[in-house]
Amino acid sequence: MDNWNLLSIITFLPLVGALFILLIPQNNNTSSERNSKSVALWTSLITFLISLLLLIGFDTSDPSFQFVERIVIADGLMTYQLGVDGFSLVFIILTTFLIPFCILISWDSIKDRVESYMIAFLVLETLIIGTFSSLDIILFYLFFESVLIPMFIIIGVWGGQRKVYSAFKFFLYTLLGSILMLAAIIYLYINTGSTEILLINERLNINISTQNILWLAFFSSFAVKLPMWPVHTWLPDAHVEAPTAGSVILAAILLKMGGYGFLRFSLPFFPDASLFFAPLIFILSIVAIIYTSLVAFVQTDMKKLIAYSSVAHMGFVTLGIFTFNSQGIQGAVFQMFSHGLISAALFMCIGIVYERLHTRLISDYGGLVSNMPHFAVFFMLFTMANIALPGTSGFIGEFLTIIATFKVSVIAAVLAASGVILSAVYGLFLYKNMFFGQITNEAIEILKDLNNREKLILIPLAFLVIFFGLYPSPIINLISSSSENLVDILNLTLNDNLSLELKK
Amino acid sequence: MALFLIVFLPLLSSLVVGFFGKKLNLMLSHSLSCLMIIIPFFLSLYFLKLTLSGSYHIVVPLFEWLSSGDLITEWSLRLDLLTSVMLVVVTSVSSLVHIYSIGYMSHDPNQTRFFAYLSFFTFAMLILVTSNNFLQLFFGWEGVGLASYLLIGFWHKKDSANSAAMKAFVVNRVGDFGFLIGLAILFFYTSSLDFDIIFSMNEQLSSNTFSIFNIDFNVLNTACFFLFMGAMGKSAQLFLHTWLPDAMEGPTPVSALIHAATMVTAGIFLVARCSPLFEMSPSILSFITYIGASTAFFAATVALVQNDIKRIVAYSTCSQLGYMFVALGSGAYQIAIFHLFTHAFFKALLFLGSGSVIHAVSDEQDIRKMGGLYKLIPFTWIVMLIGTLGLTGAPLLSGYYSKDGIIEAAFVSQTEGHFYAFYLLVFSALLTSFYSWRLIFLTFNGKSNISTEIFSKIHESPKVMLFPLMVLSILTIFSGIYFVDYFMSHDYQFLWQTAIYLSESNHVIESIHYVPKWVKYSPLVMMVLGLITAIIFYLIYPNIPKILSNKFNPLYKFLLNKWYFDELYELIFVRNISRIGNFLSNFGDKRVIDGLGPDGISLRVMDIAKQVSRIQTGYIYHYAFAMLIGLMLFITYFFVRV
Repeated sequence: MDNWNLLSIITFLPLVGALFILLIPQNNNTSSERNSKSVALWTSLITFLISLLLLIGFDTSDPSFQFVERIVIADGLMTYQLGVDGFSLVFIILTTFLIPFCILISWDSIKDRVESYMIAFLVLETLIIGTFSSLDIILFYLFFESVLIPMFIIIGVWGGQRKVYSAFKFFLYTLLGSILMLAAIIYLYINTGSTEILLINERLNINISTQNILWLAFFSSFAVKLPMWPVHTWLPDAHVEAPTAGSVILAAILLKMGGYGFLRFSLPFFPDASLFFAPLIFILSIVAIIYTSLVAFVQTDMKKLIAYSSVAHMGFVTLGIFTFNSQGIQGAVFQMFSHGLISAALFMCIGIVYERLHTRLISDYGGLVSNMPHFAVFFMLFTMANIALPGTSGFIGEFLTIIATFKVSVIAAVLAASGVILSAVYGLFLYKNMFFGQITNEAIEILKDLNNREKLILIPLAFLVIFFGLYPSPIINLISSSSENLVDILNLTLNDNLSLELKK
Repeated sequence: MALFLIVFLPLLSSLVVGFFGKKLNLMLSHSLSCLMIIIPFFLSLYFLKLTLSGSYHIVVPLFEWLSSGDLITEWSLRLDLLTSVMLVVVTSVSSLVHIYSIGYMSHDPNQTRFFAYLSFFTFAMLILVTSNNFLQLFFGWEGVGLASYLLIGFWHKKDSANSAAMKAFVVNRVGDFGFLIGLAILFFYTSSLDFDIIFSMNEQLSSNTFSIFNIDFNVLNTACFFLFMGAMGKSAQLFLHTWLPDAMEGPTPVSALIHAATMVTAGIFLVARCSPLFEMSPSILSFITYIGASTAFFAATVALVQNDIKRIVAYSTCSQLGYMFVALGSGAYQIAIFHLFTHAFFKALLFLGSGSVIHAVSDEQDIRKMGGLYKLIPFTWIVMLIGTLGLTGAPLLSGYYSKDGIIEAAFVSQTEGHFYAFYLLVFSALLTSFYSWRLIFLTFNGKSNISTEIFSKIHESPKVMLFPLMVLSILTIFSGIYFVDYFMSHDYQFLWQTAIYLSESNHVIESIHYVPKWVKYSPLVMMVLGLITAIIFYLIYPNIPKILSNKFNPLYKFLLNKWYFDELYELIFVRNISRIGNFLSNFGDKRVIDGLGPDGISLRVMDIAKQVSRIQTGYIYHYAFAMLIGLMLFITYFFVRV
């Protein structure tokens, strides 16, 4: 299957769909809007179906990159090189799976400039898939940073009242990190004479202090993206102003690019520096888990609450990655995957009630369960998944991370586990104030329960959240050889360091 | 296969009734839910018979669950004597509660949802008791928590119900936090979460230590401590008990299910299941003993002065759970399970009986507003009497065997603190008897304090509610005398060998047959004393309680307010969480991070831009002047260089 250029097809198919939408005559009537919506939906659905071929052809026992395509471009300066391993495959499938839902959830809520909106989403899909499949570091950088542009536009054009402030905050934060990363990438090119990730991995030979500096440069970019405490404050603002589908993509996929970056670059390129900085990451992660959970509890805006809870959940991701053992890394990837499903679902749920009531203030709600019993069931399920109830996918990642962290630091594990209490507090607090109690807002009296389109969106997500909670093996198998491989690299370095110390 | 049915039939009915209940005929969903739990009950009886015949022990694997690195877990069902006793307790009480609910909830428009929750609750409990590894146990553990959250908050329009539900979940989560840590410790040292593998390594665990901040901790003790913390949350032991009395906000059948057969017994079950670990950790056993005895005493004192009929019974549960923990701490695991078994019946009886009382007096729960009911609802009166006799340990009834067994076990135990436990438990027996009879006398005897309007409507409950009461009464009377030998007779070790591990030196159950006479009779004497005091206080001289409560007002207030635990927690945790959260949100995020970060930077940029723009005044002479100065500087520089 290697010569089918499957990855290129998946990456650029959405772009083709976007071109199609451009070709639709723009006469601002409903038919052209409907056409562009259908084109977008069908494109994303076909992309998803094709991406499933990757799953079929993927050999889970092989830790190296598969479906590799390589063309030398720009006079040999860089290559166009795509390929996937277990880590990237998980995120690609997650992306192609979620984009159709994003288009569906925007079906009625986006009213102006529908064509541009759909184009923005399809372009975004191309860029995200490109990010996860690039095997050339320049190519990666291009995709990784370009993702900002459609996202910036989505927030800035279709966002809420303070959309410009949020869009700029989002841009400023991420820009700072990306400039440092670019500098580090140039250094890597000069040092190794190549931009190919595999070759860099082979040839890279730098001393520990340079490693540390380069690690920090990459870290500054990934930490902002993830986001880690204390560079997280762009996220709540961005979420609050973004349209529902924007929030979904932001929480479910864009954040994961940070975690993916750690796994793809920071750990294999700079194992010594990663070991050196692991305590720092631990501290930041623990602070993120506890601090942002407490902050989440006092939010009055439900989107902000979920946004802060995302930061706390990402704390588990960084914690897991930097345990350097297979449970931790698998837990982290699983946590990212599962958070992709859960946060997507939660933001969609918020979008669903926002469309009805046009307010995100928790205090405007209360007693929803009377008129929206089906919706209440879904929201309960996703809340429980968000607070890591066993039997939902949210539990698997957190549990693996906690037992993996315990192997490294008992204190960190205990503090991280206290997150289970705090998440229950804010999760149930939100649920109680939205769904239970007397109805105080008259508008709630006449609310309608979920329509078929909304059910169509929530049912598959609910199913997957439970399915992977009871049977996580498909995902774990997908990533196990890649993660074992990574752990081996790190252990090798660790042992080298130990033997060096012994020699001294 | 039969085991599979026991566990999954309730789940099936929960899903069917939950999703399609509104479309089904009400009759059909009722009978479906009841049937799907009655069948498992009979199957459980079969398994109990099987396991009671000897050391029977099987594990039925289902499918792989979570495997990552060296962690391998699977879904599986385990059956041994401990499990089958629990199965019988859960399914029997649950069946009766289901039947009772048909009558009790008959006016509720959302009753199908209620039945779905009940069945789900039962399922979670069944998966908990049949688990063969800690992870699956944790699944059931949290599932029970979720179900209780849903059931306690069932009447979601009541604010107090919502708060109680949330409190129950969060307090349980505090315990679960401990449980998780316990799992992490065990996994770290054994690379497994399977019961049999971990239990077989108990000696190895007890010889390991790890150190934090240069303090050495014994691995096994620490693991047991954290596991017990989980048990404290679920079984509402002192410090983590506050959710239990509030759980009364749910419909009464729920209270019966939570307090009698499920949920609160999970903690007892956990410690009994982990007997190979706890048995090797005497210091934690003594900790359990202290906590259990203190809880038994604390809850009994609070129950003395409460006026809400369900609240009294709730505190009594809390107290009885303390008894069970003392038994566990003393090393008499079988007796703890025995008490769990008998307690399930008489406590369910008391709760459902209280429900019948509440039903009769138009949802009044304050016993001061009742009185003289025995003529009006005689059947309920009689079953409540039987329940009370069972609870207080009247001879030959079920509580007599199990509770006296615990007190004797506390006396003969080798565990440190067993005398503390012994005396407290004996005294608590007096308190138990007093508050139980107080409830009966205030509710059923004396003169009626009921308003005439309600009085005219008083009626006995429908048959569908009385039938479960009758069955439970029979069980309360006979379950003790019939089963006592299986738990405490001389061949207990043979019967329980696959389910409960006893160390070589543990002969507690042997020795209770040889305790001194005064120990044997002390609970009985206490019970009679309590009864007599209650008769004097509430039948002969009804003014005494009022005089006493006035004379010892601070003490009375202290007890009435449940030792001020809620207020204390409110002060320490609840308020501070939002205070800290607000501080972090407003100061940490907005002022410090944003202030120094993006907002600060953009402000600085704006400032500089403003300064720079000030230069651009737009007046020609300004620009001309600037040019002139520039030219001069340029020329000067040129000259100087030359």
